[in-house]
Amino acid sequence: MSVSLVLVITMGALFAAGVYMLLERSLTRVVLGFLLLGNAVNLLILIMAGPAGVAPIVTDGVAADAYTDPLPQALILTAIVITFAVSAFLLALIYRSWRLANADDVSDDADDVALREGAVAMPLEETAPDSEDTEFPADREEERR
Amino acid sequence: MTALVPLVVLVPLFGAAITLVIGFRPRLQRLVAITVLVIELGLGAAMLIIVDTVGPLVVDVGGWAAPFGISLVVDRLSALMVLVSAIVLLAVLVFSAGQGIADGDDETPVSIYNPTYLILTTGVMVAFVSGDLFNLYVGFEILLVASYVLITLGGTESRIRAGVTYVIVSLLSSLLFLAAIGMIYGALGTVNLAQVAARVQDLPLDVQILLHVMLLVAFGIKAAVFPLSFWLPDSYPSAPAPVTAAFAGLLTKIGVYAIIRVETVIFPSPELNPALMVVALLTMVVGALGAVAQADIKRILSFTLVSHIGYMILGVALGTAEGTAAAIYYIAHHIVVQTALFLASGLVEREAGSTSITRIGGLLASAPLVAVLFFIPALNLGGIPPFSGFIGKLALFQAAAEQGDALAHILIGAGALVSLLTLYALVRVWNLAFWRPSREVEGDETRLLRTVEEAPHSTSTVSATRATPRLMTLSTAAMVATGLALTVFAGPLYGLADRAAENLNGPEQYIQLVFPQGVTP
Repeated sequence: MSVSLVLVITMGALFAAGVYMLLERSLTRVVLGFLLLGNAVNLLILIMAGPAGVAPIVTDGVAADAYTDPLPQALILTAIVITFAVSAFLLALIYRSWRLANADDVSDDADDVALREGAVAMPLEETAPDSEDTEFPADREEERR
Repeated sequence: MTALVPLVVLVPLFGAAITLVIGFRPRLQRLVAITVLVIELGLGAAMLIIVDTVGPLVVDVGGWAAPFGISLVVDRLSALMVLVSAIVLLAVLVFSAGQGIADGDDETPVSIYNPTYLILTTGVMVAFVSGDLFNLYVGFEILLVASYVLITLGGTESRIRAGVTYVIVSLLSSLLFLAAIGMIYGALGTVNLAQVAARVQDLPLDVQILLHVMLLVAFGIKAAVFPLSFWLPDSYPSAPAPVTAAFAGLLTKIGVYAIIRVETVIFPSPELNPALMVVALLTMVVGALGAVAQADIKRILSFTLVSHIGYMILGVALGTAEGTAAAIYYIAHHIVVQTALFLASGLVEREAGSTSITRIGGLLASAPLVAVLFFIPALNLGGIPPFSGFIGKLALFQAAAEQGDALAHILIGAGALVSLLTLYALVRVWNLAFWRPSREVEGDETRLLRTVEEAPHSTSTVSATRATPRLMTLSTAAMVATGLALTVFAGPLYGLADRAAENLNGPEQYIQLVFPQGVTP
């Protein structure tokens, strides 16, 4: 199976950039990464269809392997529609997140943070002396004990 | 009779359209949605009986024969999953209807909950009946998009935060699945499951393993298998209680279902079985340890959900018909019991105003019915005899012992330990939330709640809405009873799981179903 090298390189670049952006905390970049990845996968399917050929409408005197494989294009079309709908939803979600929390990033789960810091078992007192302006939080803990 | 197969998908889809149109009449909408799922339940039961007595149903969509058209295949496994899903979806819908009536959301202009819920049903059914990889992908997307809407329902800050994690992780798994489909098409020139199964043996082993791993990773994210399970306890607990119940019961099991299909139909060869067993072990242990560390009922249940996925993967990873049969029985048991537990925790949230076990107490005295409805499925999940959890685990351990290599024996030990840890986590919930007298709770929220209700300025409607609606209790009780029925009728049901696993023993039977005249090369 011969494939276009340009397409393969483009696909690889899209995958790399998409994965890189998906790993960011900023939600806008995550959406962009998702769009790039979606296009990379579509390109992958297109490459898997093999080399381009004539339009797949049966005409007399054309060899069977001269036609383009139409199935991957149908798959890509479906995938594009799905990606489109989902990215619209994601944008709405991000807008809502920005309106509510005024933040454009994936935030940590409050329960996870609480558990990690042991706050569930023993809640820290808010009235600890000089809790805001001491430079040595570890020492402060020692003193309290 | 084959008309049943498309009907299972079309009925909820039309139901979704109708409920969307009549969105301004919530009572009618609720009635239509419940009717649709009752019909779905009937269809599922009829299909299971037909498939079990007459034989599997195969439909070529649009009349195009198999390699060209999309084929829908319903064998015993699919039919059983359709029926169990219909039961769970109906119970959860009744629960949420009860909650909706009590919360008085009749005033909201367009209620999107019911249409979205029916779309979710459609997606679940498409995934179960599809005999085509790309169609399976479409089914996954239908149910995932519906689940994105449901998990962010209402758009509060915590739900948006949890929803973002869920959506991004699901999207990644979908893209991986799509890429795997593209590669399978490139390697084999088909996406029809039976034809893929027939052709895949001719591929070089390394290509086979690559495709196998890609599919397993994509489905592993959906099924919340250990290294890919981090998103689940993070995102499920913040959704509304009925939504969490439906998701926890069903959505992960669809991933497990897909893994069973991959392991039995496409790649029955045992190369990756040891790796899967290690993954199953880690899923069980890490999930159970997570459950022990948590302090919120919903989060504890989410972690036990992850750990019990490990049992199912164990059954599949054994690579024997006995293992698959045990996994199928365990899936049916776990869908029902996990949903019942989440519904019960929804009742707890309603009674006590919180699901944090450090802050609630005395529920045994104040809500004895809820306590019973929590206690029975909790014992069931922990695997106490004679409940179905015990039967399922026993069957898994027997299958593992018959398979007999060292890893399988380690997994038996780990499985027994994890069931004890599950029991420990659930007993902790029982001791703190139910058994502990409410006066021992620091900063007792339940008492606070009652004083608000009894305050002189509270209107009568407020206290009326706080009472737990009968529909909610009724549907939870129905789920608990279904869990008990799985115990009482364990014999016939296990026989069914056995026959389903027989059908999945090697890809030949599946190929024979779709191509009765033999596969075109």
